[in-house]
Amino acid sequence: MASKANQANFDVKKQFETVEEQFQTLQILNEEGEIVNEAAMPELTDEQLQELMRRMVYTRILDQRSISLNRQGRLGFYAPTAGQEASQLASQFALEKEDFILPGYRDVPQLIWHGLPLSQAFLFSRGHFKGNQIPEGVNVISPQIIIGAQYVQAAGVALGMKKRGAKAVAITYTGDGGTSQGDFYEGINFAGAFKAPAIFIIQNNRFAISTPVDKQSASKTLAQKAVAAGIPGVVVDGMDPLAVYKAVKDARERAINGEGPTLIETLTYRYGPHTMAGDDPTRYRTSDLDNEWELKDPLVRFRKFLETKGLWNEEMENETIEKAKEDIKEAIKVADAEPKQTVTDLISNMFEEMPSNLKEQYEIYKEKESK
Amino acid sequence: MAQMTMIQAITDALRTELKNDENVLVFGEDVGKNGGVFRATENLQKEFGEDRVFDTPLAESGIGGIAIGLGLQGFRPVPEIQFFGFLFEVMDSVAGQMSRMRYRSGGRYHSPITIRSPFGGGVHTPEMHADSLEGLMAQTPGLKVVIPSSPYDAKGLLISSIRDNDPVIFLEHMKLYRSFREDVPEEEYTIPLGVAAVKREGKDLSIITYGAMVQESIKAAEELEKEGHSVEVIDLRTISPLDIDTIIASVEKTGRAIVVQEAQKQAGIAANVVAEINDRAILSLDAPVLRVTAADTVFAFSQAEPVWLPNYKDVMETAKKVLNF
Repeated sequence: MASKANQANFDVKKQFETVEEQFQTLQILNEEGEIVNEAAMPELTDEQLQELMRRMVYTRILDQRSISLNRQGRLGFYAPTAGQEASQLASQFALEKEDFILPGYRDVPQLIWHGLPLSQAFLFSRGHFKGNQIPEGVNVISPQIIIGAQYVQAAGVALGMKKRGAKAVAITYTGDGGTSQGDFYEGINFAGAFKAPAIFIIQNNRFAISTPVDKQSASKTLAQKAVAAGIPGVVVDGMDPLAVYKAVKDARERAINGEGPTLIETLTYRYGPHTMAGDDPTRYRTSDLDNEWELKDPLVRFRKFLETKGLWNEEMENETIEKAKEDIKEAIKVADAEPKQTVTDLISNMFEEMPSNLKEQYEIYKEKESK
Repeated sequence: MAQMTMIQAITDALRTELKNDENVLVFGEDVGKNGGVFRATENLQKEFGEDRVFDTPLAESGIGGIAIGLGLQGFRPVPEIQFFGFLFEVMDSVAGQMSRMRYRSGGRYHSPITIRSPFGGGVHTPEMHADSLEGLMAQTPGLKVVIPSSPYDAKGLLISSIRDNDPVIFLEHMKLYRSFREDVPEEEYTIPLGVAAVKREGKDLSIITYGAMVQESIKAAEELEKEGHSVEVIDLRTISPLDIDTIIASVEKTGRAIVVQEAQKQAGIAANVVAEINDRAILSLDAPVLRVTAADTVFAFSQAEPVWLPNYKDVMETAKKVLNF
C-alpha cells in the first residue's frame, strides 16, 4: 500500500487544478468596452490609443480588400485576419523598431506595421521574390509556411541579441495547431535554457483548419505548455487590445532585463476561412459559434471604450477606412508594375557566388530570355 | 608542417576560424566542456570561452533553428549534428529553411552556416550512426556538400566552408578520423569548394569517388597497376556542386570510368556523376560507366558491415569489368 504522502503526490485532479489555477485569462476591457481590471491598465497616451484603433480599423479593411482582391485573382495566397486585430496589432504595438518579428503565414499585418511596405506584402501573396526583400532596418522575416520553424529560429535570433548585448527581443507567432509541433516545444525550451529574450505568442483561434483545439491537446490552456520549458506562460483575452498590449509589454520588459522568454496565449477567433484556397468554415463551425465571437469583436469594444473617452468618432473611423482603401489601391498598382520574374533572377538569388552548375544553367536561361 | 590525423586537422581548422572571426560560434550536443564525442572540439571552449563554444539541449531541430536565428543576427554558426543519421530530426531546418534563406528573401538574408557531422561505416557503430545520407543533401538546392578524405583536405576545406556565406554540409567519415596521419600546414590555408583532386594519375581508367572510398580506390588502383593497368583516382571532395571539368577531362583521357561510393546504389551521388559523363563525354567512352555501391538495404547491422560495405576488392572487380568490356 502506498503511504499517505505518496498518495498526495499522485492526486492527479489536484495536480491539474493547481496548474490550471495559474493560468487565468487576463482581461482589461470587456465586451462592452468597460475597464474591468484597472490595476493592469497599461500606460498609453490618448494619441497611442487612437493610433492603435486606427491600425486595427485599417487592418480590418485590409482584410476585406485582400479577400476581395484574392477573389478577383489579383492576389494569391491569403490567410484572413479579421477577428485577430487585437492579438496581432496590439502585440506589435508593444514592440520597438529594433525588435525582430518571425511571423507565421497569417501574420502579415504585424510586418506591415513594423515597416514592410504594403506593395511588398501583396507581392508575397502573389508569389514574387521582391515581396520578401525586406527593406534594410525593418527587422522582420517573411511569413513562415512551415508551422513551428519560426519558433526554433526565434530562439536563435533571441540568443544572437543576447550575445550582442542588444536591448531588443525576438517575437514569433504560431496558432493553436502549431503548439502540437516538436519545433514549438524545442523553440521555447531552447530559449528557456539560454535565457534568451524571446516572446512566443500562440494565437489560439480555436481551429487549425477544421480541427478544433481540443483535438490538439488534452491541456486545458495552451499557455501552460510554458511549464514544460520552465518559462512564464500567460493567457490573455485575445479580443482585448489592452490586455494583449499589457502582456507583451511585460514580457518585453522581462526579456530585455535578462529574465528570459515568455509564452503568451491569446484567445481569439478568425471570422473568415483558414485561407482563401477553398476552405469552407461552415463545414466545421456553427453559426452560433461565429455569432458568439462576433460579439467579442476587438474593434467593437475598443471603439466603445474610445468613444466613451471622447477619443474616437465616426469621422475618424471613416477617414481611416478611406486612407486604407487608397493605400491599398496604390500598393496594388506598385505591385502590378513590378517586372515579371525570370529564371535568371531566381538563379542569381541562390548563392553569393554561383556554383558551376548554376553558372551553366544561368547562361542557358539568359539565352532563352534574350529571345 | 605537423603530422595530424583528420580529427586534429578539423580541430585546427575550427581553432583557426574561431581566432580569425569573432562571429564564428561552435555549438552542439557535448561539444563544449567535453570537447565533442570524437574530441573534434577538444579544448576549444577552454580557449575561446562558453560564449563562443557551447553545449545545447539534446534536440537537433532546435540546433538547426538556433543556427538560422544566429545567422540572422550576423553570426557565423558552425553547429554539429552528433551523427548524421540524426539528420532527419533537423531536415526542415537544413533542407526547408537555411538552404532557402538567401533565395526566399531575395538576397536580403543569408545563412553562413557550416554543419559538421560524422558519418560512415567500418567502425561497428549502433543503428543510425553510419548511414551515408549525403545524397539527400546533394539533392537540395542551396546547399554545398563537402566530404574530405584526408587531414590536409579536411583543414583547407573546413576553413573554406566556414568562410562561405551560404550553408555548407561538412561530412566527416568516422573511419578516417584517426586512420592515418599526414603533413598539415600549421598556418591557415584554404581549398576551394567544388574542386576535385586527382589523387593518383593514370591512363586506362578513371575512378571517381569520395569519402572512405578514396582509400579503397587507391588501394585497388595500386593492385591493378601490378596487373598492368594505369588507373586515375579522382577524389571529388565536394559532391555538390560536382567538379565537372576535372571529371570530364579525366574521362576524355582514359575513355573508361567507374564511380565508387559507400552509400546504397539508389542513394549517394554516383548516378549523378554517371549522368554527367553520359551527357558530356559519351563519345569518349569505350565502355559504360559502372558503379560500385552498397546494396539497396538499410545500413547493415554492425556485424554485417564487412560483407555489406564496398571495399577495394569490389572496386577491382568492377574496374576489371570496365577494362575488359
